Amino acid sequence: MQDEPTPTELIQAVAGFLRNDITPAISGHNAFKLRVAINALDLVARQLTLEQGSDAAERERLARLLGKDASLHDLNRALADAISKGVIGLKTEGVAEHLWQTTMDKLAVDQPNYASYRRELEVKKN
Amino acid sequence: MPATTEELLARCVATWCAGATGIANAARLSGGASQETWSFDIVHPDGNIGTILRRAPIGYGAAPDRAAGLGAEAVLMQQAYAAGIPSPRVMHVLSPADELGTGFIMGRVDGETIPRKILRDEKFAAARPKLARQLGGVLAKIHALGLPQLPELRRMTAASEIGELERDYRSLNWPRPVFDLALRWLRDNDPGPSPEVTLVHGDFRHGNLIIGPDGVRAVLDWELAHFGDPMEDLGWICVNSWRFGEIDKPVGGFGSREELFAGYEAEARRVDPARVHFWEVMGTLRWGVMCCGMMQRFRSGPDHSMERAMIGRRSSETEIDLLRLLAPRHKQ
Repeated sequence: MQDEPTPTELIQAVAGFLRNDITPAISGHNAFKLRVAINALDLVARQLTLEQGSDAAERERLARLLGKDASLHDLNRALADAISKGVIGLKTEGVAEHLWQTTMDKLAVDQPNYASYRRELEVKKN
Repeated sequence: MPATTEELLARCVATWCAGATGIANAARLSGGASQETWSFDIVHPDGNIGTILRRAPIGYGAAPDRAAGLGAEAVLMQQAYAAGIPSPRVMHVLSPADELGTGFIMGRVDGETIPRKILRDEKFAAARPKLARQLGGVLAKIHALGLPQLPELRRMTAASEIGELERDYRSLNWPRPVFDLALRWLRDNDPGPSPEVTLVHGDFRHGNLIIGPDGVRAVLDWELAHFGDPMEDLGWICVNSWRFGEIDKPVGGFGSREELFAGYEAEARRVDPARVHFWEVMGTLRWGVMCCGMMQRFRSGPDHSMERAMIGRRSSETEIDLLRLLAPRHKQ
């Protein structure tokens, strides 16, 4: 067992240092790159926090849709192939819901400020 | 010691710009290894002339398979300028004697290309409500350029573009069920060959349009120009990725489809909204596949840049936009 602090905590601490202490000292193209770097660290922290739960739920949905179990990657491959061949489509029960949930889980990690994502979150609440 | 780019530029300018005494303020703006953009001033007794050099350095002559090539770009810009389309004036096409590679020198147009500034700054507040209609008119003029006077370009159809996208997506070897859904939809909804084949700009969106407080000032970057369905350009500028947060204004985050279409039809051309929608779906998927391509280039090098890597993580943005287009959960 590895000791504390957790990877998430370490990354958050580094991102906080870059954001609060280094950002004011940097300008020009490097300031842009620094912002990208902080965004990358924030993304990794979100993935470390959220990935386990969303992957498990995604795998369960895929196993139900496809009637078999395999690795998450192989299940996604099987769904992609079935959609491409037209065997499975939006009319298949559960497919639209699955694609939506999976995509929302990706955006929660990748770009939680993306306007389309924020809109869909609001709509779901109402 | 070989001559510097600045020395070569000064020598080149002297051969065609009467009265020029040299160049100043040369600065490389952007671009990768294969294509460069430079800004510089021609020093002239009547006042300095702001110019832009676009070139592929010597040894980087061959354009990637999709690119029209810098020679073709120069001709397209000249034709656009002559037809009254907002465009920089091409001043000189590089020749081997210039020793600057291939490309051209054009007049520098003042204005803004950064989307967030165009969409938020007070300076552009008066221009924003006019832009969609203006751009519709500009596209109509581009599509009206006579084919015989244009350089040789790739001829594309919906089917050939679906084929290329599918090939690019499969080469990534990473399953994305939403991309398969979009490809399937595109194949099932292919509207067939366009009744009319025109020049298509191919990348008509934020970043390639210089905007001033008075509206659009120049159309740039004809790198992806080809012959095909004119509705492709109208669909591409509606892709959500170019709305920069203003998702209820489909045209670049500043205007409506109705305004874009009205500006287009005011130039005596017809819009086919169903085809425009088809190309918007295609464009959304294309940007998604391009984001994945950035990630692949990050991995395979030589440019292991963090920015490229992070663009790879933007492909999921196009997945939610594709679902909003193809499987909406509510009225949008």
